[in-house]
Amino acid sequence: MAFNLYYYAAPATFYGLAGRLIPWFAWGAAVLAVIGLYIGFFVAPTDFQQGEAYRVIFIHVPAAWMGMFIYLVMAFWSAIGLAFKTRLSFMMARALAPTGALFTFISLWTGALWGKPMWGAWWVWDARLTSTLILLFLYIGIMALWAAIDDRNRGDKAGALLTLIGAVNVPIIYFSVQWWNTLHQGASIKPSGTSMDEIMLTGMLIMAFAAWFYAIAAALTRVRTLILERERHTDWVKRILEP
Amino acid sequence: MLRFTLTVIRRDLLLAARRRGDWLTSQFFFVMVVSMFPLGIGADPNMLRMIGPGVVWVAALLASLLSLSRLFADDHRDGSLEQMLLSPEPTVLLTLGKALAHWLIYGIPLLIITPVLGIQFALPGEAILILVVSLLIGTPILSLLGSVGAALTLGLRGGGVLLTLLILPLYVPALIFGASAVDATLAGTGAEAHLSLLAAFLVMCLLISPWVAAAALRVSVD
Repeated sequence: MAFNLYYYAAPATFYGLAGRLIPWFAWGAAVLAVIGLYIGFFVAPTDFQQGEAYRVIFIHVPAAWMGMFIYLVMAFWSAIGLAFKTRLSFMMARALAPTGALFTFISLWTGALWGKPMWGAWWVWDARLTSTLILLFLYIGIMALWAAIDDRNRGDKAGALLTLIGAVNVPIIYFSVQWWNTLHQGASIKPSGTSMDEIMLTGMLIMAFAAWFYAIAAALTRVRTLILERERHTDWVKRILEP
Repeated sequence: MLRFTLTVIRRDLLLAARRRGDWLTSQFFFVMVVSMFPLGIGADPNMLRMIGPGVVWVAALLASLLSLSRLFADDHRDGSLEQMLLSPEPTVLLTLGKALAHWLIYGIPLLIITPVLGIQFALPGEAILILVVSLLIGTPILSLLGSVGAALTLGLRGGGVLLTLLILPLYVPALIFGASAVDATLAGTGAEAHLSLLAAFLVMCLLISPWVAAAALRVSVD
């Protein structure tokens, strides 16, 4: 049986699919987080330069990755929604935004906890910190726009346009800020090999997958609520809610 | 097609000339915000020279947002915006004309006021010149990007504050390039690189934002 994408693009069928997928991703996230944190706190060796404080990396780096990545996914769904006028795409963008903002906030918060012992300051106006902060501002702006618009159709499209113009701007903001000032350590993971211990990397990647799974589970849960809210006048929702 | 844009610009300039109070507000806002800073942090000329460019730039961002919230609102209220959208001319030309008119009304007076404020902040002549040049390149960016925000927030409650929330993050590159051009002049390293990047950003905004603003306007008015 061929997997029909259009079949699942309908909110009614996607609602069921999401319901079946959520437990897998939620439990996957929990199990991976336990394994990742165990490796992070007990297995991984102490860093010879940064001591024990580096262990915040196991939360900080996955959160920072997800914060940026979720914005890209939102931009993707926004573009799809504007191009094909698919209802589900806008709902996905809306469902992703709070999770993205949460991860961005966590990465800033843990970054401050890391920065204090390493740089001796909770906050520095370094390129990555500043651009992450601006990314958080973008998330907040988009969510504020959605909140302010009562008309659902208009809100969807306006939010999508703002997400897209933000996505064009993010690289420019990043480079302008980087050029303005930089203090953050360089990226430890590069395509040509890493400067990290292998077990540290393993722990971090497991945590990254945990964050990924959590984000998917949270977004799917939220999108299910959105679907119910928007399709409340249809028969299939009535059948689900009043058996 | 160009005539349509020119008509839009001429119409907005005429309206602004008839209602001077409206747009002078944001100019006075600009002057007052800048003048508050020495009162808040002290009048040491060396410190003022250091913060001057940034303060002027931030005040310019805020002043632009203040006036942008009304960019489409008045036309929307009296129905003329819908008539303009119904016209056979592309909406892109309308939003481009609106943004350019906004720049002429709000940006140009800013450039004339800035040298006076530069003197208040003890900036040397060369730095003031670069500050004015950076604003000359930078303020059209503010008008263009701001027109997107104005179109998105058209007719919403709390539109003005919301506009600030949406657009201020997008202004960051302009602020950085603009203010650091003056800083580079003060440090004696030359401002060409910063001004070139600012101009590149302007070109990009000129290419993209009228289209996004037009799409946003269609979404908001429908």
